[in-house]
Amino acid sequence: MPQPVLLRHVREPDQADLHAYERRGGYAALRRALRELSPEQVTDLVDRAQLRGRGGAGFPTARKWRFVPKDAPVKYLVVNADEGEPGTFKDRTLLEGDPHLLVEGIALAAYANDVRTAYVYMRREFYQARRQLERAIAQAYERGYLGQGILGTEFSLDVYVHPGAGSYIAGEETALLESLEGKRAMPRLKPPYFPAVMGLYSKPTVLNNVETLCCVPWIVREGPEWWLEQGPPQLYSVSGHVNSPQVVEAPLGTTARELIERAGGIRGGRQVKAFYPGGTSSRPLSARHLDVPLRHEELAKLGSMLGSAAVIVMDETTDMVKVIARVCEFYREESCGKCTPCREGTVWVTQILDRILHGRGRPEDLDLLESLARNMTGTCFCPLGESVPPSLRAGLEDFRDEFEAYIRAAREPVQMPVRLHLGAPAPGG
Amino acid sequence: MRLREEGALLSEGAKREIEALRARYPVAQSAVLPALLRVQEELGWVPPEAMAEVGRLLDLPVEVVAEVASFYSLIFTEPVGRHVVQLCTNVSCLLSGAEAVRERVERELGVRAGQTTPDRRVTLLAVECLAACDQAPCMLVNERRYGPLTPEAAARLVKELD
Ligand SMILES: Cc1cc2nc3c(=O)[nH]c(=O)nc-3n(C[C@H](O)[C@H](O)[C@H](O)COP(=O)(O)O)c2cc1C
Ligand code: SF4
Ligand code: FES
Repeated sequence: MPQPVLLRHVREPDQADLHAYERRGGYAALRRALRELSPEQVTDLVDRAQLRGRGGAGFPTARKWRFVPKDAPVKYLVVNADEGEPGTFKDRTLLEGDPHLLVEGIALAAYANDVRTAYVYMRREFYQARRQLERAIAQAYERGYLGQGILGTEFSLDVYVHPGAGSYIAGEETALLESLEGKRAMPRLKPPYFPAVMGLYSKPTVLNNVETLCCVPWIVREGPEWWLEQGPPQLYSVSGHVNSPQVVEAPLGTTARELIERAGGIRGGRQVKAFYPGGTSSRPLSARHLDVPLRHEELAKLGSMLGSAAVIVMDETTDMVKVIARVCEFYREESCGKCTPCREGTVWVTQILDRILHGRGRPEDLDLLESLARNMTGTCFCPLGESVPPSLRAGLEDFRDEFEAYIRAAREPVQMPVRLHLGAPAPGG
Repeated sequence: MRLREEGALLSEGAKREIEALRARYPVAQSAVLPALLRVQEELGWVPPEAMAEVGRLLDLPVEVVAEVASFYSLIFTEPVGRHVVQLCTNVSCLLSGAEAVRERVERELGVRAGQTTPDRRVTLLAVECLAACDQAPCMLVNERRYGPLTPEAAARLVKELD
């Protein structure tokens, strides 16, 4: 197995310290860029590395950077450190273990886009990550990697950490910008509010995920060919019924089977029933897809997506009705309420799933769920509402027998399926 | 006169910090969330008078501050206990026994998720994914994260809070 790249130093206990980071080659990329490369050349390297966003949408990073009007006098860089997609924990791992890598990535992206001010929007629950990053930022200022006239050049940059306050939708880029402006985190209409043209304070804004920016120093330092030869490196957050849930760095396109093995295999030597390949917003796949390369193209063909590359593994004892109900509840709780299909749809869907789970399901409920999934597709204002149908569809198409068993049992209460594996039922349930 | 009343609510340090926060942004309203969180660090929650004070410090109508505050689940607009326990109940934790942990913690505290113990010692919250599914099932006790938890370990942790 080749040496990891993004995770290479995250477990070194002193990596968050500037000197240790420098000793391991840190800030060499920034020095090189400021000395030898024009901003366009930095973007070119990112382009040739074929870097795609790691926050969920998978948009090509260099293309995003090139949307930003070159002549705009004020531009911003905003870093998405809100990491809220269930099952995803790779940004936290990077922030806690190697915060200078992000600081260097921020400086490079700011240089490439002629940005002087950057904000890191970080979810409130990241106390440890925030301490690590704020310390790294302070050290970088002291050492002249941030602030006025960086490394004796004309390039200046200020970086601020901005806290979120408990809202999943704030991770959606336009909602994030609203939140950063001190408003409720509700998505904006695109167009005209494409962040690259009309972003923070209506100024052109580059908005990238933590992992995306952590790729940039490596690409600039070692070159795009090297980067591609390494896989390219991709972080998969592997959790659920595996022996050692962890962030696995593997070449983009690794299969779930391999990732599960890297995470210590399935607990108790059981078989896989299903897995979410890209967080709960992606369509969960069944065991027959264990050998599908987890890449944007292949997953799109299956009606799923790579999303945040959060692989949530469920073994053969898993109650899929319960999992899908919990996922839909999450979207109901986090719906911002701006549009009807999402606000009302999530309430209806969870009501129906709740009554199925509690032995009051009706045979027509499955058709109802199907029509709700249809009505929530292509009608929601933002992707949050559209995250419900993929789970529902998988449930109705691939795990229909489990739903039917609940509904059948509802009419013969003695035969309620007993499933202890997920733990005892919730109070009141 | 009014200044002294304000002083009674928030420390001078907090007020200075909130004013300094303003300078980070070209628009004062951007400082609302960080300011509310700063208030919360000091008072545990954000009472209406504190919203008014944040409004004064940032030159914003109190209605704007209140509207923003009410949107975010981690801005507490009602009093909470001395300790806040956030127990993750999302999928990866659910698959690793979060329901049993939750039951056990609820029994230990004698309250349900979403409630505060009568002695105001602990507020228990059931929350969404904490981005720590490698430590599932997990929880935050104030600013510290714990996991993977057994029901007993979780109960012991909340019991020891003073
Ligand atoms: C509901 C919703 C939540 C999102 N949450 C996050 C998040 O927590 N972190 C993140 O980086 N991107 C999140 N995204 C994706 C962002 O909108 C955006 O695409 C991404 O941050 C862009 O950065 P990238 O191009 O580097 O991936 C979310 C999207 C949606 C629709
Ligand atoms: S889809 Fe949901 S989260 Fe998105 S704008 Fe509509 S109500 Fe808000
Ligand atoms: S599901 Fe509990 S931390 Fe992610």
